Amino acid sequence: MKSGSIYRIHALLLRYLYVLRSSWPRIIEISYWPTMQLIIWGFVSLHFGAAQPEITASGILISVVLVWDSLFRSHVSYTLSFLEEMWSRNLGNLFVAPLRPWELMLALATISMIRTLIGMIPAALLAIPFFGVSVFDMGFPLLAFFFNLVFTGWAISQVVTGILLRYGLGAESLTWVIPFMIAPVSCIYYPLSTLPVWLQEIAKLVPTSYVFEGMRALLLEGEWRADLLQKAFMLNCIYFILGMLVFLLAFRSARTHGLLLQAGE
Amino acid sequence: MSVVLETDSLVKDFGSIRAVDHLNLKLNKGSITALLGGNGAGKTTTLSMLLGLLIPTSGKISILGDDFVKDRYPALKRMNFSSPYVDLPQRLTVRENLTVYGKLYGLDDVRSAVMEMVETFRLTELIDRRLRKLSAGQKTRVSLAKALINKPELLLLDEPTASLDPETVSWIRTFLKNYQRDRGATILLASHDMKEVEQLCENVLLLRKGKLVEEGTPPDLLAKYSRKTLEEVFLDISRGGVV
Repeated sequence: MKSGSIYRIHALLLRYLYVLRSSWPRIIEISYWPTMQLIIWGFVSLHFGAAQPEITASGILISVVLVWDSLFRSHVSYTLSFLEEMWSRNLGNLFVAPLRPWELMLALATISMIRTLIGMIPAALLAIPFFGVSVFDMGFPLLAFFFNLVFTGWAISQVVTGILLRYGLGAESLTWVIPFMIAPVSCIYYPLSTLPVWLQEIAKLVPTSYVFEGMRALLLEGEWRADLLQKAFMLNCIYFILGMLVFLLAFRSARTHGLLLQAGE
Repeated sequence: MSVVLETDSLVKDFGSIRAVDHLNLKLNKGSITALLGGNGAGKTTTLSMLLGLLIPTSGKISILGDDFVKDRYPALKRMNFSSPYVDLPQRLTVRENLTVYGKLYGLDDVRSAVMEMVETFRLTELIDRRLRKLSAGQKTRVSLAKALINKPELLLLDEPTASLDPETVSWIRTFLKNYQRDRGATILLASHDMKEVEQLCENVLLLRKGKLVEEGTPPDLLAKYSRKTLEEVFLDISRGGVV
């Protein structure tokens, strides 16, 4: 017998990869939305750039769109993989196996990373010939921005999957809604100073605001603000742990109320 | 004879409703036991607690020598479960489903285990077919193959032959009997099919309103209630008759 978390995480990862490869429309769908976003925002950027070049300097608009989408993709990929278990009424089978809830979370995070990369890389590559913007020119900072946003996506997903576990598929629409709750205070398209002072204080509690401030500093002023990335990372760690706690509490609550066998359509 | 599963004063409350009421069960190694009761008697709640899917309000569960309420994972590796009310992923093929579960249970040679289950459950021709394309009977066979992939010492089954054709029902009953005999496995099955219980089980537990109201071998129960079939005994007890 091979006991150990690594085997069980591998088993689940295999399960999600089987689902992925079973349907070519799914694979296309993963990169479809980021590519559409890129095309639309690419033309918006060209239009604005012709009138006011400072708005789109250094490909800032396209870069923030792509990086923001990595948060949304990582969240949706994580949550959709969890929803697969609910839709197929498989949670009961999973949890009568010696699978720990945190192993499920780790497997979901891993498949989320794979799906996010499948979605984002083609869009980022297309931006080079079509709009002359290469996010890869950012080098290492791009990785730091990307991982921070993916991290935020996972923290949100842990809360959403916890809610799904506790309240069932009636809460499915939260999957699509919740990431946009932090969008206004993430300062994706505008600097933090644009917000009213009281909203700036709220934005400072959101890790994504530091990521986009850091991106603007790098792309517009050529300044690498490691302090902003550090703050984003620290906040992400806090929210990630809180997200894990929410999921684990929801899991315990589901076990108390007998929801694991009922979870499904 | 060693005890594989034992509960001590097991209670489950859902708000003000007591679904399981101070239940004391004991399953000996190598036995097949039926858990009977009408709708709402507490069978599924009991099974859920014995699988770790539901936390008891109070009481103890010991499975394969482990305190199951405190730490269920050592026992979960050595047991398994099948129910028509819990599905396997429909988009995956038979082979993929069994491979995933073989790995989840940490088998050394997953490929061989999958092939063995596929042959045992007569699924060879269906191995690369997605579950959603299978008939109800075929899906039940896959579900049982999943439940046996880790060669469990304790097997919990919820209505293992529900809505199946007579030929498949007969085949599954024979298989379960052989599995219990050959491997010394312990089986607990919840069923509404009294004929199945008479054929398979050497012990019967009857629940009513969450309480264990009767226990015994099928011949003993028939004699006690002066009935010819277990179904008649079941009806007597369900209607609140002799206990």
